[in-house]
Amino acid sequence: MLTIQTTEHMSIQEKRGIVSLVSSLLITAIYFLVVLRSYPEGMTTDEELKFWAKTLLILIPVKIVGMIVLHILFSVSSAIATGKEPEGRTDERDKLIELKSTRNSQYVFIAGFLLAMGALALGKSVTTMFVVLISFGILSEILDSASKLYFYRKGI
Amino acid sequence: MMAKHKITNSIRKLRFHHDEMTQQQLADKVKVTRQTILAIENGKYSPSLELAFRIAQVFDVQLGEVFTYEPQQK
Repeated sequence: MLTIQTTEHMSIQEKRGIVSLVSSLLITAIYFLVVLRSYPEGMTTDEELKFWAKTLLILIPVKIVGMIVLHILFSVSSAIATGKEPEGRTDERDKLIELKSTRNSQYVFIAGFLLAMGALALGKSVTTMFVVLISFGILSEILDSASKLYFYRKGI
Repeated sequence: MMAKHKITNSIRKLRFHHDEMTQQQLADKVKVTRQTILAIENGKYSPSLELAFRIAQVFDVQLGEVFTYEPQQK
């Protein structure tokens, strides 16, 4: 009997992509909500630079740990729900999709960087510059995940 | 917009004629994921030359018997 496996529900890579996107947005949102609550008013430029530098540097390990924890939770719950271990193999198609998605997200990030520099050149505050940079950073992450989902679904 | 490929394949037919090999079995033999085999069969992904040769080797046929290049219709 011919085994036909032409269509399927979301693949594990697609689910992982969605988990990555949602986790990233959630962690970033919560982090900035907490940090900006203690945003000191009336800072000098040097103090603003220091504040944003610390904020971004601390965000990196917070995000890494948060993403690892959420991905482990996802893998465990996925294994329990499906009754089988997720395939750990990464092949040429996964790598190609990763490359193209990263390229797409880099375009957005570069655009954000240029806009941030433009804002600074036009006399906007350091805080405005960082807000633009961080916003486009988030947008680039969204595009990265969206690109992956698109390529996995529609083909590459 | 779905990726358009000029390359078609007969992997599904070849799997059937090789003891009804499943996509997972073929994926394990050529060391890719089942989703990649599925994508190749559905024309959503064109494999690298190396992978194409490995697939042909599994079925013990020439590359041209697995993959066919068709001119795009205008």
